[in-house]
Amino acid sequence: MKIVVCVNHVPDTETKVKVGSDGVSIDKTGVNFIMNPYDEFGVEEALRVKQKHGGEVTAVSLGGDTHKETLRKALAMGVDKAVLLKDDSPRDSLSVAKALADYLKGISPDVLFFGKQSIDSDNGAVGSMVAELLGMPSVNVVVKLEIEGTTVKAEREIEGGHEKVETRLPVVITAQKGLNEPRYPSLKGIMAAKSKPIEEITPTPASLHVEVLAMRKPPAKSAGKILGTDASAVAELVRLLHEEAKVL
Amino acid sequence: MKILAFAEQRDNAFRKSAFETVTAGRKLAGESGAELVALVIGGKVSPIAESLGSYGAARVLVVEEAKLQRYSTTAYAKVVAEVAAKEKADILLLPATAMGKDLAPRVAVKLEAGLAADCTALAWVDGNVEATRPVYAGKALLDVRIGTPRKVFTLRPNVFTAEKAGDSKAAVEQCAISLGDADYSVQVKEVAQSSGRLDVAEADIVVSGGRGLKGPENFKMIEELAGVLGAAVGASRAVVDAGWRPHDEQVGQTGKTVSPSLYIAVGISGAIQHLAGMSSSKYIVAINKDKDAPIFGVADYGIVGDAFEVVPALTQEVKKLLGK
Ligand SMILES: Cc1cc2nc3c(=O)[nH]c(=O)nc-3n(C[C@H](O)[C@H](O)[C@H](O)COP(=O)(O)OP(=O)(O)OC[C@H]3O[C@@H](n4cnc5c(N)ncnc54)[C@H](O)[C@@H]3O)c2cc1C
Ligand SMILES: Nc1ncnc2c1ncn2[C@@H]1O[C@H](COP(=O)(O)O)[C@@H](O)[C@H]1O
Repeated sequence: MKIVVCVNHVPDTETKVKVGSDGVSIDKTGVNFIMNPYDEFGVEEALRVKQKHGGEVTAVSLGGDTHKETLRKALAMGVDKAVLLKDDSPRDSLSVAKALADYLKGISPDVLFFGKQSIDSDNGAVGSMVAELLGMPSVNVVVKLEIEGTTVKAEREIEGGHEKVETRLPVVITAQKGLNEPRYPSLKGIMAAKSKPIEEITPTPASLHVEVLAMRKPPAKSAGKILGTDASAVAELVRLLHEEAKVL
Repeated sequence: MKILAFAEQRDNAFRKSAFETVTAGRKLAGESGAELVALVIGGKVSPIAESLGSYGAARVLVVEEAKLQRYSTTAYAKVVAEVAAKEKADILLLPATAMGKDLAPRVAVKLEAGLAADCTALAWVDGNVEATRPVYAGKALLDVRIGTPRKVFTLRPNVFTAEKAGDSKAAVEQCAISLGDADYSVQVKEVAQSSGRLDVAEADIVVSGGRGLKGPENFKMIEELAGVLGAAVGASRAVVDAGWRPHDEQVGQTGKTVSPSLYIAVGISGAIQHLAGMSSSKYIVAINKDKDAPIFGVADYGIVGDAFEVVPALTQEVKKLLGK
């Protein structure tokens, strides 16, 4: 089975966002970058599919040299190969998807994993776009996956419940928290990852479909009223919610 | 110019997001002078279609087929894109719901369109749509403009309020799109609804609990308060990771981003990842023992006290107010 997982390299969740001097992206000074958390579920599931069905797992990332850190983490977790589509020009989700799809066309994966969304741009789009570009079925926001022969059964999260979806290989799956518990790279894995090669490829150039006019901070929420220190404050709280906020 | 608004339904009933999407379409049409058309896809949806007239859709296109009763990513995406092409729609609006987020990227590819996902505001500026979308889970906002001739936007639920514009009925037109077996390559076989549970991302009021509740059994008081408020139950990651609550209740940067009118945080400290997911709520109430907890920094109203005392009292007081 040919298994591919696409991984993104993003600012960690502790990041206090500051607008950069270009006015359209964040100030990266002092920001720590990590493998996109949802992509960890993708890597883990890719490894589990390999364990069950055999085959090879390749991790692919599109971005500048810094993305190698995330590819190294994927290698340390146990993927067999890592590929960097090296390009750090700004891209929207469609231009990321086109570059990934162009590369993946030549590989024809049986199972292609993504995270449900990047926690920086919060688009949640690249996985489905690649599926559409490659003419593959896709199941998004997956919390349970079973592959039997060429039949794929997946459960995806929807509002207030789950959809049980059936499709067939080759398939695109975008991973949601709950799909699995990602493994920690072992010391041996980390050491081995250091010496594994990362293949570098020049992707198709970016053409932008979406223009960012400005990045700004949301209006700051200021601390409100402390109404009291015990249950005696409850009556006042309910009154305010009813009369002032008008939400009750 | 034409705006196509996708009106989401499940089991032949509109979701709240359908009315929000059509209302947003009507407002954008008003600003731009565009025509608004709504689209409904499903198994038996003609009877409900005309009701979109009251939200401002003069025309509603219906694509109806028994097999479309159950959601299919591939079939629905094809229908949306083909209807958009037939109608020569310039702007497509879909809800940023599980269904809309599943469809929009595929539709964007089919139409060679740029996509702006999970928008919280749309405005007509200098002959184009300017959209605002939160990034970094709401730690920053982007103002964006789509440069392609066709443009796809998904709209965050609960942000664009549904408003009736009158009580006129829409003109309903059947629209035939030919679909073969191959178009149903992905199909939902079964929907498992968590019985009667409201989803945090859709609810108008959310009551969330954190580690301050000490144990899973104590979420009973959170559920009771949520029950009288008609609210959804949310959770911090700490309690989800501890296995006290299901994953789909997690609010925050790696959970769900919510924008209800009222968010009540009980025994939640207010870590940066949690705040990212809920600080765009209209009103925030914090109940926490620790007066220095960061959650008070974003709360409109706070009670520095013991949840075990305050929450049951709050439930009683709300019952009194609502006459329950
Ligand atoms: C990669 C990553 C992603 C993350 N994503 C998320 C996310 O999406 N969502 C999220 O929530 N977190 C997330 N976190 C975790 C986050 O950093 C915090 O650890 C978590 O939010 C803390 O949960 P808590 O507030 O319930 O617990 P704590 O921080 O332990 O706070 C418990 C609070 O309860 C109060 N308390 C105690 N007893 C009582 C009482 N009797 N009555 C009232 N109050 C009481 C305490 O004063 C304290 O403030 C993430 C972390 C990482 C590293
Ligand atoms: N630059 C990238 N390189 C590799 N994979 C990516 C990249 N950007 C996004 N992805 C993948 O697409 C998923 C969804 O991303 P997004 O649409 O940006 O929210 C991510 O979880 C990754 O799996």
